[in-house]
Amino acid sequence: MKQKLLAAPYLVWMAVFVIVPLIMVAYFAFFDSDGNFTLQYVADVAQYSNIFVRSVWLAALATVICLVLSYPLAYILAKMDTKVQSTMLMIVILPMWMNFLLRTYAWMTLLGNEGIINTLLGYIGLGPFKMLNTQGAVVLGMVYDYIPYMILPLYTVMTKIDKSVLEAANDLGCNSFKTLIKVVLPLSLPGIMSGITMVFVPAISTFIISRMLGGGSNLLIGDLIEMQFLGNSYNPNLGASISLVLMVIILLIMTLMNQFDVDDDRVLM
Amino acid sequence: MEHIVSLKDIVVNFDGEQILNHINLDIKDKEFVTLLGPSGCGKTTTLRIIGGFLEPDSGVITFEGKKINGLPAYKRNVNTVFQRYALFPHLNVYENIAFGLHVKKLPEREIRKRVGEMLDLVNLRGYEKRNISRLSGGQQQRVAIARALVNRPKVLLLDEPLGALDLKLRKEMQIELKRIQQSLEITFIYVTHDQEEALTMSDTVVVMNQGNIQQIGTPVDIYNEPENAFVADFIGESNIIPGIMLKDCLVEISGREFVCVDKGFGNNTPVDVVIRPEDITLVPTEDAKLSGVVTSVTFKGVHYEMVVEAYDYQWLIQSTRSAELGSAVGISFGPDDIHIMHKMKG
Repeated sequence: MKQKLLAAPYLVWMAVFVIVPLIMVAYFAFFDSDGNFTLQYVADVAQYSNIFVRSVWLAALATVICLVLSYPLAYILAKMDTKVQSTMLMIVILPMWMNFLLRTYAWMTLLGNEGIINTLLGYIGLGPFKMLNTQGAVVLGMVYDYIPYMILPLYTVMTKIDKSVLEAANDLGCNSFKTLIKVVLPLSLPGIMSGITMVFVPAISTFIISRMLGGGSNLLIGDLIEMQFLGNSYNPNLGASISLVLMVIILLIMTLMNQFDVDDDRVLM
Repeated sequence: MEHIVSLKDIVVNFDGEQILNHINLDIKDKEFVTLLGPSGCGKTTTLRIIGGFLEPDSGVITFEGKKINGLPAYKRNVNTVFQRYALFPHLNVYENIAFGLHVKKLPEREIRKRVGEMLDLVNLRGYEKRNISRLSGGQQQRVAIARALVNRPKVLLLDEPLGALDLKLRKEMQIELKRIQQSLEITFIYVTHDQEEALTMSDTVVVMNQGNIQQIGTPVDIYNEPENAFVADFIGESNIIPGIMLKDCLVEISGREFVCVDKGFGNNTPVDVVIRPEDITLVPTEDAKLSGVVTSVTFKGVHYEMVVEAYDYQWLIQSTRSAELGSAVGISFGPDDIHIMHKMKG
């Protein structure tokens, strides 16, 4: 009874700030301004399919790059001396203390045609290269902004792996590489899963990174949704249905991902 | 006889603290050897050196006569049963046991056959598909043993493998381990702090303390002829009383002279005298050279354990008959029951 009472504020919070807004999004997506049920808005989303494909592609690419960069780092980090570990973790988290916009602006000044990198390259007779306003810049921005969310869950799961299990693998004939493949990788699967989720979901719905680093030509779903609410083509109904479709896509991808992770006991270990 | 593993002058230091102090140890082939000692005595460190998980600061380790310093664990023909089993949580019973064979890329048919043999050996037939987390402690222990033995190592290292089991299961597993060792005819090197476990299973017991080997011998030797007070105290319960060796076969304890069987300590040498509690009999005061007052009586199941205070020393006595608390009794023991040891250094 007491427990239920303690949970009450959170239930109210969830209802007011999660459930109600979701219902409102669904309402806007399926009813026009006169309150009549329509599938027109959802159908209209189809014309933006190229933007959806680009968003999924760029977010997936950024997620994979984050994973490839973070995995060895987390592995090495977890093996380090405890004192060094906390310092290194600090360095990983430190950029997150700086404002998100500021960090992205910094990349603009670095990557621009007259930016620092091109200026330096100019001194040795190279360039200028077009780096800003490309898809590559967008992916770079995503990787830079979201990589801590990949490193932290990987690091956490790897510190939890019993050292004696690694010794056992060694004892049974595995060198360090085989131990990594046969033991560390499967045991760190839960960390990989949560890392992918925590990078992919914000990356696919970001709008500021693509706007600042991708120029006008690399619109993502996030930009599209923003335009429906704040831009000239004001259309909250379409915006709501795009959001709804995006949610369904993320849900589908996450369900697909979890198929690799069927054994619940592994997650619990 | 051929020595399968030899440690020569092994030294290990951690953070300036000496963990192993010039250890020399030869282990015979097909023997059940136990490294016995209190925690921190260096027994696990010794095992880890043989397993290849730790490099000694100095000293030579040989395996079948060949030096194996620097050879990584995965290249050594030894396998380990770890203290907390260290089973792979992402694999089931079969996959855990087959792990080493899969790494060696043996044909699947051969793997199935050998894992089957192991499942029979440790009585786990029918558990192949079972998840590790759904096994009891005793079953996990068996999987750990099978996982190590399936690789047919020349030497099996066991690091306090029974520590987490309850008493009854532990006794069963002791007999089981001895049976396995004898049927496979391989060398077992077993680490424990449990003296009873060591005496039950071993061919040879190595008693260690503070990075030094105190005594190496058969369980009977170690129990009956402890070389110093540490061994006597650690193996079983004992009364260790200061005495003076007056001459060969005559020792003075608490001002009285006793005939004993020990020789070669010189004349009038201070020594430690060990008398096992079960070797002492209680007699009427007038029949004994030593007598005292019973200060405690505890029922222990098979016997009573009594403390008799006599001449500033608390004698521990075990007997199937109890004496009355506070009564005066005589303490009696024969020449064979007296074990003389050199005084411990320091």
